[in-house]
Amino acid sequence: MAGAKEIRTKIASIKSTQKITGAMQMVAASKMRKAQDRMASSRPYSEKMLQVISHLARATPEYRHSFMAIERPLKRVGYIVVSSDRGLCGGLNSNLFRRLVIDIKEKRAAGAEPAFCTIGTKALGFFKRFGGEVLAQVTHLGDKPHIEDLIGPIKVMLDAFEAGKLDAIYIASNQFINTMTQRPAIQQLVPIVGEEQAEMPHRWDYIYEPDARTVLNGLLTRYIESLVYQAVVENGACEQSARMVAMKSASDNAGNLISELQLVYNKARQAAITQEISEIVSGAAAV
Amino acid sequence: MAMTIHVDIVSAEGAIHSGLATMVYATAELGEVGIAPRHTAFISRLKPGDVRVENEQGEQEHFYVSGGMLEVQPHLVTVLADTAIRAANLDEAAALDAKRRAEESLAGQTAQFEYAKAQVELAEAIAQLRAIEKLRKMKG
Repeated sequence: MAGAKEIRTKIASIKSTQKITGAMQMVAASKMRKAQDRMASSRPYSEKMLQVISHLARATPEYRHSFMAIERPLKRVGYIVVSSDRGLCGGLNSNLFRRLVIDIKEKRAAGAEPAFCTIGTKALGFFKRFGGEVLAQVTHLGDKPHIEDLIGPIKVMLDAFEAGKLDAIYIASNQFINTMTQRPAIQQLVPIVGEEQAEMPHRWDYIYEPDARTVLNGLLTRYIESLVYQAVVENGACEQSARMVAMKSASDNAGNLISELQLVYNKARQAAITQEISEIVSGAAAV
Repeated sequence: MAMTIHVDIVSAEGAIHSGLATMVYATAELGEVGIAPRHTAFISRLKPGDVRVENEQGEQEHFYVSGGMLEVQPHLVTVLADTAIRAANLDEAAALDAKRRAEESLAGQTAQFEYAKAQVELAEAIAQLRAIEKLRKMKG
């Protein structure tokens, strides 16, 4: 009966693992809903801001901010890499890093050296192994990221851009398609890629206080911050839904494993009983 | 019915207020502004302070913003509120902090007490205190 006991402890340990993954799945499901709400509520801000910026850009064409300048030849590019702080969320982070490595290779082939700003511990850990120049980092944003925590790292990147040390800044993060699908994506942050809109039907302009330039500067910085914030929040929603899916499949796998082991256990028990009976019968026959 | 203007107060972390108003007051960079319906298009930075929205019933609602942008069109007021206290030196400090963290984490060193860091924290605390004081005065 030694085999049966071993199998029983194995089943017990898998059952407790299943309980843990089941609990994590439920926690992730409830967090996911909140993260999705947060994602939706951050949209109006940046949409409104883009509206105002595109109006300003058209109203004062003589002033071009460096963030809106025409593209420079790429010698050095910056990546803001948004990752999760915790693991156990399937291939979410590794898919993103794989996508990023491909992009970096392309940029290197074109003669552009990369520099990074990492958000989240996973990205930081990745660049520690992968190597690469990390200009700024921020970790442990928690489930409710705040824009305050992002201001510093973003400023480092924007300052580098304005000083001419970076020729473009990209943001690498996961896009939330639906609960089952998250897509790693790399988007250009600066120079701002704005779609050229048709001429204004009625020519009008704002009264600026103190002046157009100051207002535009303030708006652009905030706009970029809000884009990064959105990416962070979206990545959070991706993390939770990826974790939910990963934990669900882990629970299912544990269930399959348990039923298989249960079968093996039952067979072993049956065999032991049969053996015992045959021993008793043969013993009785001997007497 | 009194003339009204639509007011949206949004921050990066979510919508704060949306509705009709007969009058909106805000602390713009060059002084307090009052915006009535059909105000001409206007855009300004906001200083930390109160945004008051007077609705059709004549009730006033107060919102504290720690800075941001005010955009006015004849039938629409949008307050793009900052969620953080912003100032050039505080932003600078945050940037330095992010850099320092990156360097530290790559070098694998443990953080040591730094005079500069303490100074930054002090500056932050003072700025926050000032904002709170302002808010208290306004409410009081």
